[in-house]
Amino acid sequence: MSDCRRQWNREDELPVYLAGPITTGPNQRKTYGMFSSVEGAFESKTIDFENYAVGRKGSRTPRSGSRERLLDTGDPISKTPSEARESSLNGSPGERNEARSGAEVRFSSGTESPNGKSERLLIKGGRVVNDDQSFYADVYIEDGLIKQVGENLVVPEGVKVIEANGRMVIPGGIDVNTCLMKSYLGTQPVDDFFQGTKAALAGGTTMIIDHVAPQPGDSLLEAFERWQEAADKKACCDYSLHVDIPQWNENVKDELELLVQDKGINSFQVYMAYKDVYQMTDSELYEAFSFLKQLGAVVLVHAENGDLIAQEQQKILGMGITGPEGHPLSRPEELEAEAVFRAITLGNRVNCPVYITKVMSKSAADTITQARRKGSVVFGEPITASLATDGSHYWSKNWAKAAAYVTSPPLSPDQTTPDHLHTLLACGDLQVVGSSHCAYSTSQKAIGKDDFTLIPEGINGVEERMGFVWEKAVAMGKMDENQFVAVTSTNAAKIFNLYPRKGRIAAGSDADIVIWDPDSVKTITAKLQQSAAEYNIFEGLECRGGPVLVLIQGQVVYEEGKLHAQQGTGRFIPRKPFPDYAYQRVKFRNEVKRKQGVTRGIYDGPVYDVAPTPKYITPSPSAKTSPTSHQPPPIRNLHQSNFSLSGAQIDDNIPRRSGHRIVAPPGGRSNITSLG
Amino acid sequence: MSYQGKKNIPKITSDRLLIKGGRIVNDDQSFHADIYMEDGLIKQIGDNLIVPGGVKTIEANGKMVIPGGIDIHTHFQMPYRGTTTVDDFAQGSKAALAGGTTMIVDHVMSEPGTSLIEAHDQWRQWADEKACCDYSLHVDITHWNDSVKQEVDNLIKEKGVNSFQVYMAYKDYYQMSNSELYEVFTFLAERGGIAQVHAENGEIIAEEQARMLQMGITGPEGHVLSRPEELEAEAVFRAITIASQTNCPLYVTRVMSKSAADIISQARKKGNVVFGEPITASLGTDGTHYWSKNWAKAASFVTSPPLSPDPTTPDYLNTLLSSGDLSVTGSAHCTFSVAQKAIGKDDFTQIPEGVNGVEERMALIWDKAVTTGKMDENMFVGVTSTNAAKILNLYPRKGRIAVGSDADLVIWDTDAIRTITAKTHNSAAEYNIFEGMELRGAPLVVICQGKIVLEDGNLHATSGVGRFIPCSPFPDFAYKRIKARKQLAVLRAVPRGMYDGPVSEFSMSRGGTPSASARTSPTKQPVRNLHQSGFSLAGPPTPDDIPIRPAGRRIVVPPGGRSNITSLS
Repeated sequence: MSDCRRQWNREDELPVYLAGPITTGPNQRKTYGMFSSVEGAFESKTIDFENYAVGRKGSRTPRSGSRERLLDTGDPISKTPSEARESSLNGSPGERNEARSGAEVRFSSGTESPNGKSERLLIKGGRVVNDDQSFYADVYIEDGLIKQVGENLVVPEGVKVIEANGRMVIPGGIDVNTCLMKSYLGTQPVDDFFQGTKAALAGGTTMIIDHVAPQPGDSLLEAFERWQEAADKKACCDYSLHVDIPQWNENVKDELELLVQDKGINSFQVYMAYKDVYQMTDSELYEAFSFLKQLGAVVLVHAENGDLIAQEQQKILGMGITGPEGHPLSRPEELEAEAVFRAITLGNRVNCPVYITKVMSKSAADTITQARRKGSVVFGEPITASLATDGSHYWSKNWAKAAAYVTSPPLSPDQTTPDHLHTLLACGDLQVVGSSHCAYSTSQKAIGKDDFTLIPEGINGVEERMGFVWEKAVAMGKMDENQFVAVTSTNAAKIFNLYPRKGRIAAGSDADIVIWDPDSVKTITAKLQQSAAEYNIFEGLECRGGPVLVLIQGQVVYEEGKLHAQQGTGRFIPRKPFPDYAYQRVKFRNEVKRKQGVTRGIYDGPVYDVAPTPKYITPSPSAKTSPTSHQPPPIRNLHQSNFSLSGAQIDDNIPRRSGHRIVAPPGGRSNITSLG
Repeated sequence: MSYQGKKNIPKITSDRLLIKGGRIVNDDQSFHADIYMEDGLIKQIGDNLIVPGGVKTIEANGKMVIPGGIDIHTHFQMPYRGTTTVDDFAQGSKAALAGGTTMIVDHVMSEPGTSLIEAHDQWRQWADEKACCDYSLHVDITHWNDSVKQEVDNLIKEKGVNSFQVYMAYKDYYQMSNSELYEVFTFLAERGGIAQVHAENGEIIAEEQARMLQMGITGPEGHVLSRPEELEAEAVFRAITIASQTNCPLYVTRVMSKSAADIISQARKKGNVVFGEPITASLGTDGTHYWSKNWAKAASFVTSPPLSPDPTTPDYLNTLLSSGDLSVTGSAHCTFSVAQKAIGKDDFTQIPEGVNGVEERMALIWDKAVTTGKMDENMFVGVTSTNAAKILNLYPRKGRIAVGSDADLVIWDTDAIRTITAKTHNSAAEYNIFEGMELRGAPLVVICQGKIVLEDGNLHATSGVGRFIPCSPFPDFAYKRIKARKQLAVLRAVPRGMYDGPVSEFSMSRGGTPSASARTSPTKQPVRNLHQSGFSLAGPPTPDDIPIRPAGRRIVVPPGGRSNITSLS
């Protein structure tokens, strides 16, 4: 965003939101009762996003908020909204007459086709809920964008009108963690981009961020392109991609740079688990963090101690435990907490924002909480599963059911976990909710029928995500509706630099909108789900709250249980690096954290004569470091290079060697404490 | 002092001793009683003791009589790149006695790749020749493989060593991977050893050191800048996690920072068996001196983990010591001369690491914790002596004044005030990191093996009288809880029917790392824990004898095509 601000200065033009109050015409402030919002209060006060959003370089017309301006520019306004409503009541052909308690869709004139192709849409009488406030307002949508938010909007003729009847109108959910193409031993998850995004829409989620999961040795770029191609063909909603870094070497660096600069990726996942496959050593993590920080990317961390897991797995298998219960037994939550702690330490050292994916246990969440209290820039992402169910099912007698819960880190067997995580989510210690939706069929899970370490890891949750947060947090009184919007949508958009294009209902934002019914009750069951998996890990749970109507790019895709999703309509949303939400603090800390050397005279006392260091090399075959991590020059941080040594030193031109032989100077000066 | 009865008994050969009128302070209680010692053992405690004639009597005049201190962490005579620390066992143990410490536990440091037993024997020889007080040894495990395992087993069973230190720092040198740590801890838990850990994240340190040097920081301040306390806390956290997984008692050597101490105290609150050892330096001074303009002074503070630059650290650590969250105190006494430190004059990573503290340890704790009202005298005895004896399984032979215990006693003067200075200390180092500090509390009389070694400010230490005290495995203080937990931690499999549904085809080409790094140590066999084998399968054993991990096996749908995937046995 700061880039854009600089742009304004160059163009010698104030941004609209600053210029607005002065340049717009007479803005009659009328109050409609004490608590209703002032007309125009929300117009012309929204940031001019169009220029922020990557990939949309449309003409930036100063958005006029007031009606007068609209008249001036000659917009075809013939009726006031109330008139429009009247006309709509006068039976347009496209009107759907089913009596509904929820939202109704009507058309103000017969010119529009009723099948959701309408370019112009008005949501009337809803309560707009953003992460910061809720207010009653109508929302006018054109060309997939929200054009106006306010009361008594002046809209053109022939717009389709949706009556929200006072229901909540919220920004569509953003699911920050899905794995719809993550193959396991050659098999693909049963929910591909089509199936998965359909499920997302049915649950009120209008954007997903999927993980590109290349195998070690694969090119990240190629994998990214494969994913993008598949998603472009199949996705029904907008999507973006995280790229997982399966190993660390020089090639990866070049590819990362390209991905950030040209491809619009600003988040990368590293693994602390999966020994000998994806796992990185601490040194590699340090390098990866340093590099990604320079690029301005968000580091996602799969936090589990892979070394210990490998040991525990062998131990458990050795004891004859081969069923799914071996999975949580070999991955106790301590190992998750340990890795989270380590990742945060690394993040602090490198001064880089850290994002912990899949917070599954109380101890991991507590570790994040404590670190935030100490000022670390760290984000935690609990997932639907950890928020709604627990790990006791791993001990189910039904193998298929138990296996359906297998994911990493595993669900905690502690039954108080979901409650605890919701509390932390409500108080802001955890920020976003993902689903980590990665559905495998039972026959795929059965690859590990004799060995729990081979069970493909993945659970469902993209469809249930919003509902369970509502049910367990809002309906229980832990969280208010604004925080609900924040954790299901806005925070994700902020962290990944999609805000305010996504994650907010405001003029200029994408028209990804959900009308939410807080009272609808449904029972989760695999029979009725959109996902193709046979098992639903939330089977039988009751869930209050659900979407009544879902709009994507200004089009109705879900309405009263009916899905009109179209394959391939989803667009790839590129993201710029250096998201403010994560990087603003980091920038200031860079400034603050300048290390100062001490200016001293040269030590000129006696020096003990030592043999060159016999640099010991482990005799065991374990090199402990990957071959790539040998001498990568540590990235020179330009922010921290203002070290000054008073005057040149004698030995400035002598390169420093580790086995340097330093002896006493021949003169034998003995003043060991002389100052320079 | 006065002789009772006959006057012809020579002072120096007297091995009968009576302390009259002292207040005995153990870690559990204090009481007034006389102590009679003979042949280096405490024979009687009580009032109006009946003792033979001609016994030398020390009038304690109501002063505290405490068990001699045990310094659980020293590096005397430690070889370092062709040189040795300036305090050998004679010099070092003399300094110890002068400070009221009557037993030291030294670390055997073997070079990676060399035999632990040989190193141990070498240390024994050096110490037997020179030590003026009883000693025991920790052995540092600097690398890990099957032969080391054998040696560790041997050391525990035959050599009387029950504590082994592993390193999480010193990358490519002493550092061990998490897997190796897991194996070491598992092994030690089986054999009843104490796992000591040098907790710092070596990998990040290596990166930070390279960064500092590149930024042009070469002085001692680079040491502390490249080893921030977070890395200590991280490693402590990791060590605790591994120890808790392996159900092994953990001992964190050198707790230098508030954050590391906090991690330990949190873990103890969660029930982990973990002991923390702050050292004299971290309890008495802080890391601001690394920025001293005097290179030699700054370098003399270099130790790892470094002293925290946070000046509130000593106070905080003393508080945790008083509350019992930290258990023992050592000194990590490892002194180098300025010329030796100057090896690293152009590169802080080359500065030999080590600080003094064996002599100042007891007085410093008295001054910082007891006189400030944080700690009572019993706790003082606990953290300076008794707890160490318990952890090493030397209790009640050491660490307690009781009948049958060794006659290592100190008469403590609570009001004596001394100023620490390198001019008068007993160490051979030129610098004392506590220089100029005024400490209240000092030993008045020190009795070691029933002989007076410090009296009226005069030290009569004799080189070579120190005995090796063997430590037996499974110390109750650490292992009682471990044993009980072993019995609880029995894992059971869920008895289920065979899954007989369809299995999707898969290829086993699980992209193994193309890199050559195996990352695992050669001792890959998991140690089968016999205590945890209470596994019972309810149903009949699986019909086909499939080996447990059918690595490249292709599993397909059984021919019968049974589809009942949820059948129960």
